[in-house]
Amino acid sequence: MITFFRIIRTGIVGFWRNIWLSLATVLILIVSLSILTSLIILNVVSDHVVADIRSRVDVSAYFKPDASESSIMEIKADLERFDNVASIEYVSRDEALARFKEEHADNEVIIQSLDEIGNNPLEASLNIKASEASAYKAIANFIESKYSELVDKVNYRETASLIDRLFSVTETVRRAGLAASGILLFVAFLVAFNTVRLAIFSMRDEISVMRLVGASNFFIRGPFLVEGILGGLLASTVTFVLFLGLTFALSPPVTRFLSGYDIFAYYYGHALQIFVLQLAVGIIVGMASSTIAIRRYLRV
Amino acid sequence: MVKFENVTKQYGKDAPAVDNVSFGVAAGEFVSLVGHSGAGKSTLLKLLIAEDKPTSGYVYLGDMDVNTIRKSELPGLRRRVGAIFQDFRLLPDRTAYENIAFALEVSGAAGKDIKEVVPQVLKLVGLEDKAKKFPRQLSGGEKQRVAIARALVHHPDVIVADEPTGNLDPVTSWDIIRLLARINEVGGTSIILATHDREIVNALERRVITLDHGKLIRDEIKGRYVI
Repeated sequence: MITFFRIIRTGIVGFWRNIWLSLATVLILIVSLSILTSLIILNVVSDHVVADIRSRVDVSAYFKPDASESSIMEIKADLERFDNVASIEYVSRDEALARFKEEHADNEVIIQSLDEIGNNPLEASLNIKASEASAYKAIANFIESKYSELVDKVNYRETASLIDRLFSVTETVRRAGLAASGILLFVAFLVAFNTVRLAIFSMRDEISVMRLVGASNFFIRGPFLVEGILGGLLASTVTFVLFLGLTFALSPPVTRFLSGYDIFAYYYGHALQIFVLQLAVGIIVGMASSTIAIRRYLRV
Repeated sequence: MVKFENVTKQYGKDAPAVDNVSFGVAAGEFVSLVGHSGAGKSTLLKLLIAEDKPTSGYVYLGDMDVNTIRKSELPGLRRRVGAIFQDFRLLPDRTAYENIAFALEVSGAAGKDIKEVVPQVLKLVGLEDKAKKFPRQLSGGEKQRVAIARALVHHPDVIVADEPTGNLDPVTSWDIIRLLARINEVGGTSIILATHDREIVNALERRVITLDHGKLIRDEIKGRYVI
């Protein structure tokens, strides 16, 4: 036990002795851990955005102006028999106009041009929500083929391509981020490795005296392992706190942008899991690099 | 206690540094190992503390075969052999006290024991008032005393001294040799002293083993330095 404490103390002393090298290791570890953490946040944000778009988008069937309300209600009834139709909302022409006016209330030009047109240019529509995304296409096809004479256009493909695009963008970012953090972690590994290697060289005399007076292998090697672990520990703690501040600062604008999704709440709510992950990655990189450096350069 | 059996050590393709040497050192014996530089004295001592392995032959410490020792047993072996050198091998950034305590720390001694043993050995070598001095503040003789104190903390069976007086003036050299002789007489610790200091060897009137070009050429109970 006393040996254990002495090893840890010696490791901390060694960390301080090469403080600039140690800081370089810690810094590069922080950068790679930050990218990794950003990836996690990006993941949940993009999941949220996709889910949000999915819940918002639906199949909108716009009807020609001459379609009567009763025939539209028939179609609605017809559609409601589908298992995977969750809900259908009927928006009459008047209501569509009212909503449009409300949305653009502060835009003089639009309101004025509406007044100039005189009559209502908008179409009545059915907004259909399906219980699963895959059903949209079937519903759209059904409406298009069966009621083609009443329907002006069915609007669903645009959102489908939007989701596709979003997916491909987030997928690209995710891959690039993974590659970047992989490369950076490797660089961090090399820097940590080199730090321990130099520490071993600079402690040559001390190590030879340790051997001379009968220090156990564990005692000679332990401090260098402690140094590596310490670097990982420091880097993951700094990264964790950094992101705590970052998500807190970015939370208001992001929440506005993401229709109420709060990244700080997510980060805070998953603090333990995220910190454990950061710790694990940081410590594993630190430990692995020291272990390999010790095996290579510190023959006992 | 210590036994060399037909030990040969060859570095590369040169003539062997140690050539088929056999001798034993009993418990409590004081042996001088003499010969010119390069005669093989240091090599023999290195083999005993397992810093090197013999090309052939055996080295025993008690019942331990030093060559075939497992890595995990090395620290144990080195605690049974105290070693001192011409260049002292002290840590420059530690005081005399800390240098000695270090030997105990690395072997897992309790803090309480360290506080007890270190002042004892410091007193034994006559440096109780220099405990807080760093090596650079000590004279050569004092540094060697610290090294001897450090070698003593594990109560070794044998102390090997490789030219311990090589950097010291004659008077200081004698102080160191007398200290070793006293440790040998009082504590019963075997001592193997490698030296080429003729006067010291002749005055000691102890066993002398003479090496020449790696070969053991003389082994006398009350020997003199003859080459």
